[in-house]
Amino acid sequence: MTDLAWIEAAIAGARPQAVGALLRYFRDLDTAEEAFQDACLRALKNWPKNGPPRDPAAWLIMVGRNAAIDAVRKTKRETVLPEEDQISDLSDAEGAAVQALDEGDYRDDVLRLLFICCHPDLPATQQIALALRIVSGLSVKQIARAFLVGESAMEQRITRAKAKIAGAGVAFETPSAADRSERVAAVAAMLYLVFNEGYSAGYEEQSARAPLCDEAIRLGRLLLRLFPAEPELMGLLALMLLQHARLPARFDGEGAIVLLEDQDRSRWDRKAIQEGLALIDKAIRHRARGPYQVQAAIAALHARAKSAGETDWAQIDLLYGALETLTPSPVVTLNRAVAASKAHGAEAALAMIAPLAQRLDSYFYFHGVRGNLLMQLQRNSEAREAFDRAIALANTPAEAAHIRQHLDSLMADAKK
Amino acid sequence: MMYAILCYNNEAEVFSWSKEQDEAVMGRLAVVHEKWEKAGKLKPALRLMPTSAAATLRKSDDTVLDGPYAETKEQLLGFYIIDVADLEEGLSFARELAVANPGGAYELRPIMLYLPGAEAKAYP
Repeated sequence: MTDLAWIEAAIAGARPQAVGALLRYFRDLDTAEEAFQDACLRALKNWPKNGPPRDPAAWLIMVGRNAAIDAVRKTKRETVLPEEDQISDLSDAEGAAVQALDEGDYRDDVLRLLFICCHPDLPATQQIALALRIVSGLSVKQIARAFLVGESAMEQRITRAKAKIAGAGVAFETPSAADRSERVAAVAAMLYLVFNEGYSAGYEEQSARAPLCDEAIRLGRLLLRLFPAEPELMGLLALMLLQHARLPARFDGEGAIVLLEDQDRSRWDRKAIQEGLALIDKAIRHRARGPYQVQAAIAALHARAKSAGETDWAQIDLLYGALETLTPSPVVTLNRAVAASKAHGAEAALAMIAPLAQRLDSYFYFHGVRGNLLMQLQRNSEAREAFDRAIALANTPAEAAHIRQHLDSLMADAKK
Repeated sequence: MMYAILCYNNEAEVFSWSKEQDEAVMGRLAVVHEKWEKAGKLKPALRLMPTSAAATLRKSDDTVLDGPYAETKEQLLGFYIIDVADLEEGLSFARELAVANPGGAYELRPIMLYLPGAEAKAYP
């Protein structure tokens, strides 16, 4: 690896802890970011010469703090602090001192940094953009590319979001256990937003947006290392890994969506699946069911099935039932109906979604699923109506094209 | 003489490598592996999953803790490689071991990559 590549990885790995600690020292996001930037510039000069520090985060915190204090002192015409050359080899004693200073707060530093991005007044897209900028350190250009907007528009959006959280005030005292668990839940939801922003990308946007999935997974691992006994964090990380594992099989050569049951399972990422399954095993031991764990368990049943035909639909139907209880929503019921149709037949599934007709009338998937069930029951004219409605509501040409295939097969049937 | 070589590094950094960086490192390691494997000197090698996937059995009170083994008073004295259905089966094995040899802890860390290496020879 080149010097630059390992330095970049070391900085990326240390960033949440370092910016989080600097934020605690300076109690101001802009100052903390500037101090971190300063420390990074010095690292680029110093590390290739003196070798990597044993603890990059501690080095960056110390140098960043000194640089910021130095800047203040210079303006006050006081003595400057020693150059970072002299602390580049953090001796064990110094390293231990920094660690002792930070160990107790480290967890809350990172959590605070993530949590300020979850401010309830910020719309989801701004939360994501802010987290990518502040926590992950993605450039405004990279974030703008992921959101398909211009760089200056994204710059403005991030500045506005920052102003909002600066005005809102951030709590710096050590959070209570209840506050902490509330923060963890909010941060988990935000990470899943980041993940979905990457995961929901179409074929053309893949290269720009897939890194968002990797980033959400990386932060998910970090969060779980900080809160190792949180079963919902295990569930969230497992869910993201299991969904991400299917990425290589989700589009065909022409960029069309390949449905789960038609995917070439040999292209799924086995490493990600194994890690996801290991995390679910750990989560289950806690016997504290939550929505992420249940969704991860559903994804795990798909991952475990060697072919679509071997999927345990009865179990998936039950898990969707559990999810309906935990987070009731017509969309969950719709998903359950798909599983129920495989386990118990189209008739049962159709009865399950009948009560949703009004609420989901303008939802593309509802009419797609309904058409499919009607088609299975050979109620072809009703199926055709449902498919027509679905096409009218399709969000992308790929969605419409997919429904059109069903219509074509209905036409072919009619001609027989 | 047989040695076990234990690999230590900064986890946050290694799991921040891009796919390309990771592949480049693995590619360079593979060259070294191949040379020593051909000489019959490289036995099984493995890459572990991140510590966030680990669980630990504390033997004294038969408690399963989430995460890696964090205490530093004990030293690493050995390890097993097992191939089981899930964490529960792995724990069953660890519990049997714990009865035979109480004291300390067993950390169960899923394996990400397993390289069998040159065919195992009898211990000299």
